[in-house]
Amino acid sequence: MAQFRLPANSRISRGKTHAAPEGAKNVRRFAVYRYSPEDGENPRLDTYEIDLDSCGPMVLDALIKIKNEVDPTLTFRRSCREGICGSCAMNIDGVNTLACTQAIEDVKGAVKIYPLPHMPVIKDLVPDLTNFYAQYASIKPWLQSKTPPPADRERLQSREDQAKINEPSACILCACCSTSCPSYWWNSDRYLGPAVLLAAHRWLVDSRDEATGERLDMLEDPFRLYRCHTIMNCTRTCPKGLNPAKAIGEIKQMMAERRH
Amino acid sequence: MSLRSPLGRVLGLGAAKEGPAHWWSQRVSALGLVILGPWFAWSLTRLPSIDYLQVTAWIAAPVNTIGLLLLLPTMAYHARLGVQVVIEDYVNTGWLKVSGLVLVTFVFYAAAVAGMFAVLRISFGVTP
Repeated sequence: MAQFRLPANSRISRGKTHAAPEGAKNVRRFAVYRYSPEDGENPRLDTYEIDLDSCGPMVLDALIKIKNEVDPTLTFRRSCREGICGSCAMNIDGVNTLACTQAIEDVKGAVKIYPLPHMPVIKDLVPDLTNFYAQYASIKPWLQSKTPPPADRERLQSREDQAKINEPSACILCACCSTSCPSYWWNSDRYLGPAVLLAAHRWLVDSRDEATGERLDMLEDPFRLYRCHTIMNCTRTCPKGLNPAKAIGEIKQMMAERRH
Repeated sequence: MSLRSPLGRVLGLGAAKEGPAHWWSQRVSALGLVILGPWFAWSLTRLPSIDYLQVTAWIAAPVNTIGLLLLLPTMAYHARLGVQVVIEDYVNTGWLKVSGLVLVTFVFYAAAVAGMFAVLRISFGVTP
């Protein structure tokens, strides 16, 4: 059965509080999920008081400040710090988003930071995305074509055809959408989830691709595709403003179209 | 513990080649209910009272009998499709899922047959 409560060894306890340095005037509290597989203890919520006068504007700036100046054991992924790599996806103030593009001033009260929901946690804010990446690989996210490319140039596309893949190509695979989806929470072993289905849609509508039928065959499954119940958390949470729910709806339409 | 690769686990038993029929049936039966449901509610509100004689007389009218014989199986079918999704969503234990799916099939088909039988009995004027 689906579990509605965290298992006993995953329940979160109150952790340590790291007070702001003396003389700090603009203090903000950050409540951060901490878990280490090595100490055998339950996860805890540590509180860090940060002086925003000596901190950058984004949540990622605060996390880096905590790691550099307060607690070097804090573990999280980050790379580009400008919303293009997707590494720092986490749950901030109850919403999955990128720490690097989430402004601290847009969060009211203490800034609560958890790893992406319902994923195995490797350490602190680092989720295990192995299954997510394997699902992405399963849809064969590359061009498949039997027609050989022209000898002297690239495969051509009209402007209209290119426009169809512009939006889904902007997906950075941060996994914010998939991990916000209740259907993905309950059945992530079989349901591909919004991010992977958005990628599948990107290849289904690519005018140069000739594997549309095989791609639809692979998705024609009550779990892989049809676990989507149009909850639309994916579209709501996408930090890039994309619309995976619409893409999934269009895949379902294509499925119906080839039957009737 | 298994050393099977993550991709091997994701590909699993392959695609069932099923799903569009369920999705389509859910929508078509929903459309049927959008027509039949309000008709049923509207018809009952039009009755001067909803006592036994009034309602049985209403059921026995040929148009209403036909309407009810359409409404009952559509409702049961749509409900079965919906509950099936709920079970598939939340029940992961194999035997519990399969027995749940069989049970809801029996329950909704039985409900539809019982309802249709009652309507026909009233319509054809069989008195107890």
